[in-house]
Amino acid sequence: MKRARLSRLEQLTILIPFAWLLAFLALPILAVIALAFHEIADSIPPVQPLVSHVNGHWAVHASLRGMQIVTTDPLYIGAFRTALVNAALTTLGCALVGFPLAYAIARAPERRRNLYVLLMILPFWTSFLMRAYAWIGLIRDSGPLNSLLLAVGLIHEPIPILYTPAAVLLVMVYSYLPFFVLPMYAVLEKLPADLLAAAADLGARPWHVFRTVTLPLSLPGLVSGAVLVFVPAVGEYVIPELVGNSDSVMIGGILWEEFFQNRDWPLAATIALGTLGLLVLPALVLRRWFTSMAAARI
Amino acid sequence: MSSGRERGWQTLTLVLAFAFLYTPIAWIVVFSFIGDPADSSGTQLSLHWYRALLENEELQDAAGRSLKLALMSSPLATLLGTLAGISLARLERFPGRAALIALLAVPIFAPEVLLGFAFLMLFAAFEAATGLAAGKGMLTLVIAHATLGTPVVASIVFARVVDRDQSLEAAARDLGARPLRVLATVTLPLAAPAVLSGWLLAVTLSFDDVVTSSFLAGPENTTLPMAIFSGLRLGLDPQINAVGTILIGAVSLIIVVSFAAVRLRPRAKA
Repeated sequence: MKRARLSRLEQLTILIPFAWLLAFLALPILAVIALAFHEIADSIPPVQPLVSHVNGHWAVHASLRGMQIVTTDPLYIGAFRTALVNAALTTLGCALVGFPLAYAIARAPERRRNLYVLLMILPFWTSFLMRAYAWIGLIRDSGPLNSLLLAVGLIHEPIPILYTPAAVLLVMVYSYLPFFVLPMYAVLEKLPADLLAAAADLGARPWHVFRTVTLPLSLPGLVSGAVLVFVPAVGEYVIPELVGNSDSVMIGGILWEEFFQNRDWPLAATIALGTLGLLVLPALVLRRWFTSMAAARI
Repeated sequence: MSSGRERGWQTLTLVLAFAFLYTPIAWIVVFSFIGDPADSSGTQLSLHWYRALLENEELQDAAGRSLKLALMSSPLATLLGTLAGISLARLERFPGRAALIALLAVPIFAPEVLLGFAFLMLFAAFEAATGLAAGKGMLTLVIAHATLGTPVVASIVFARVVDRDQSLEAAARDLGARPLRVLATVTLPLAAPAVLSGWLLAVTLSFDDVVTSSFLAGPENTTLPMAIFSGLRLGLDPQINAVGTILIGAVSLIIVVSFAAVRLRPRAKA
C-alpha cells in the first residue's frame, strides 16, 4: 500500500495519538529537563522562575547545582552504582532462571506450549505489590524458606534474608522474569529442531550442540530479554523500599526522597535525567539489534 | 527428538520454575484464610481477615477509586493505542513516524519514578501558567494512566495488524468502501482480539500502578496500591492477604471468561 497521500481519516488516526503523546509525554519530559537547571526557592512551587523581570531588569536564574551535586556527592554516585549493579545482577539472575525455563517450554510438545506460556504469565496479572508482599512473609526469619533450610540441615539457625540486598535481588528476579522469558521463548521456539538433530547426528555432544548451535541462534532473544529486564530494573523503586535496607537505596529511592522529603525539585529533576541518560545506551543497543535483525531477514 | 534424559531435565525445570512462580500466590491465598487473633493456636481456618476487610472503609474507598480510575483511563489508552498501532502497521511511511515510535517507546524505557515526576511537573507548570488547579486530582491520574497504557495497547495491536494480509482491506476499497467504512468494518474487527487484550492490560497496569499515582494523587485520592504500599511499609497486615486473594480471584475469572469468549466466537477462518 504505497499511496503518496494520506486520506483525511489516516491523518486523523495518526494525529490523535501523536498530539496526546506530545502533550502528555514529550512536554512533561521537557519540563523536567528545564527544571534541572532551575534555582531552588522557598516558595510554592519551590523553584525560582528561570527568567524574572524585577524593577525593569531582566534576570536569568539558572544553575548547574543539581548537576554538580549528582556528579560529585558520594550518596548520589553510590545510588547510581547500586542501581546499575542491582539491575545487572537481576538481568543475570533472570537469564540463569529464564533461559532454562524458556528452553523447556520451547522443547515441550506443541499443544502444551501455549498452556505453559499462559501459566508463566498468569502470576503477573495479579498485583505486583501483592507478590512482593508475599515474599516478605516467605523469606522472613520465621518464614517457610528459613524453616526449609533448617529442616534440610543447610543452616543451623535462621539466616536473615529479608531486608538484605539478597532479598532485593530475589524479588526483582521474580518480578522481571517474564520480560526475559517471553522474548527468549519466541526465539527458541522458532529454532529449527532439524538443525539440532543434525548436529547431534553428526556426533556433537549435547553441550557442544548447545554452545555452537543453540546459543548463537538464540542471541537475539537473549539481548532483547536482557534489555527488557535491565532497563526497568535500573529505575526500580518499590522492591528495594519493601525488602531492602539502607544499602539497597537505588536511584528511584533518592529521587523520591529529594522530591517528597527535601522538596529539592531541581535536584530530583537532575537525578531523573541522569537515569534517562543511563538508559539511552541500552535503548540504542536494542534498536541496533532490531534493525540489523530486520535487515538480515530481508 | 528429545531423549529420555532431556525430557527428565525438562520436567524438572518446569516443575521448579512453576513452583517458584506460584509459591507467593499460594502463600497469599492460604494465609488469607488462616489466623484469627481470637484463636490462640493461630492455625484455624477462618474468614476473620475478610470480615475485617468489610469494616475497613479506607481500603474499600481506595479499591473503588482504583477501579474507577482503571475504567476511566483504560478506554482512553485503548483508543489512542489502537489508532497508533493501526497507523504504524498500515502506513509504511508518514511524516513523524519515527517520532511517534520514539514517543511510544518512552514509557517502556523510562523508569516509573521519572514518569510520575514528569507528569507532576507538567501539571505544576500548567498551574503556574494558568492559575487553574490541575494537580492532585482524579483528572491528572486519568491522563497519566491513559498515557502509560497507550504504548502497551499500541504494541499489541501493531503486532496483530502488521502480520495480517491486507487483501481484505484492498478488496473493500476496490468495492468502493470509504476509508472510515474500511476501518470500521474490516480493520477494526480483525484487530478486535488484540484491542481486547490491550484493553485488559491497560486495566491491569492502571489498577496496579503505585509509583506514578503516588506523585499525582493527593491524600484524598489514595488508590488501592498506594494504600497497600503505605500499609506494607508499616509491617505485615493479614488483611492484605484477603485483598490479594480477592484480586487473584477476580483476575482468574476475567482470564477464564476472556478465553471462553475467544473460544466461543464463531471463527470465519482460522
